[in-house]
Amino acid sequence: MEWWEDEGLGLKKTDVEAMREAWRREKAAPEMLEFEEELVRRLREQMQLQEDTIMAMEGDGDGDDLTTTSLQLQHMDLDRALFLLKSYLRLRLTKLQKHLYFYASLPHSSSPLSPQELLFCHRCLHATSRHLHHSLLSLLPSHYQSLSRQSTSSDHDDMLHSHSPHLDTFVFCKPTTDVGAFQLDDTGDDIVDLVVDDLYVLRYNSIRALVQSRRIHLI
Amino acid sequence: MAGQTDHSLSIFSAAEVEFIAEDEMIEIVPNIRMDALNLLCGDFGPFVPQIPCTVPLWLAVALKKRGKCSIRTPDWMSVEKLTQVLEAERESPREFQPLPFHYVEISRLLLDHAHDDIPEVYMVRSLIEDIRNVRFHKVESGLETISGRTHAVKLKNLSAMEVNLVRPFMARVLQAFYKHDSPEMVQQADTSASKRPQVVDRGPRRDLRPR
Repeated sequence: MEWWEDEGLGLKKTDVEAMREAWRREKAAPEMLEFEEELVRRLREQMQLQEDTIMAMEGDGDGDDLTTTSLQLQHMDLDRALFLLKSYLRLRLTKLQKHLYFYASLPHSSSPLSPQELLFCHRCLHATSRHLHHSLLSLLPSHYQSLSRQSTSSDHDDMLHSHSPHLDTFVFCKPTTDVGAFQLDDTGDDIVDLVVDDLYVLRYNSIRALVQSRRIHLI
Repeated sequence: MAGQTDHSLSIFSAAEVEFIAEDEMIEIVPNIRMDALNLLCGDFGPFVPQIPCTVPLWLAVALKKRGKCSIRTPDWMSVEKLTQVLEAERESPREFQPLPFHYVEISRLLLDHAHDDIPEVYMVRSLIEDIRNVRFHKVESGLETISGRTHAVKLKNLSAMEVNLVRPFMARVLQAFYKHDSPEMVQQADTSASKRPQVVDRGPRRDLRPR
């Protein structure tokens, strides 16, 4: 059973609802979250089914007012789901492009990317490197031609330190359950009492684990 | 400072906030008979004249626009309740009164598309505007109290649209304070470089190779 099917009250969430929450989470989080492979696949299947149903109904073509209305409403519902899906995928690609090198160099097992996103990432990186090399780097003295290091005498990839996502962004969030006293950082100075459904603005880094375990919603 | 983090990704447009609000459930009274709708977001109906049922807000507005239903104004949108809320908001300068998370979007949609279904609609419109103003004024005053010591902010009962309005500014402010308050920054106080206002300090200084 997936986490979104076990929400206490026994009310099964629709996939559209789950997609909406995934979209909100992805929008608010500064890093790429785990790709919702199952959810996306199921939603696409449902949307395809719905499209087929609509086309069949249109084919029957009563043309009367009620059928038209019903069809229009089904179209609207489909459009709404499509918007969520498209926005989710586009949003991820935009985030990915901000930190191409970082996500390209993550080990495969811990990568939050889908196979298509990974492919896109590598191709984008390759195209960017080629462009930079042709337009600029090849014109610099040979010691300075690396993308990742300032010069051949650098001992680490010092051009790339800004390429990992800024996890210190502050995000708006609401706990889904009473978390109680929560330590915000390593120094142990900041303890915040997280009460269910109250709205907080917190550093993403502090609540990363809570987000992953779905104990807190990102708004 | 502008280059530190890109907030454009985490920003919801007003239309997107409304989109989220449109999934809130609301009661309607259909004036037509229609079969049940099996939608991706749930099953609704069947629709029987004069029998109230609950549907998502976007569906209610769509039906209303086509003259197929009337929308039952939610309880919190009565003149009585709104007057109570407004008074309470004025009396408590630091607290926000509980209101539905999407009260701004819901009231906007209903006032725009179903004003004939709302009793005393002009009063309702004016009360909601006043409530929004009082609340936002509180948010603005609250922003002034953010300081370097602020590592977390609690905004109980703030609504979705209000959150969206302050999000860019508040996130940036908190981040700036956090960054400048961090111990590594304090240790560099003796380096004159970090004191120069025009230098944007992006992190620990990196040694460039001397010529």
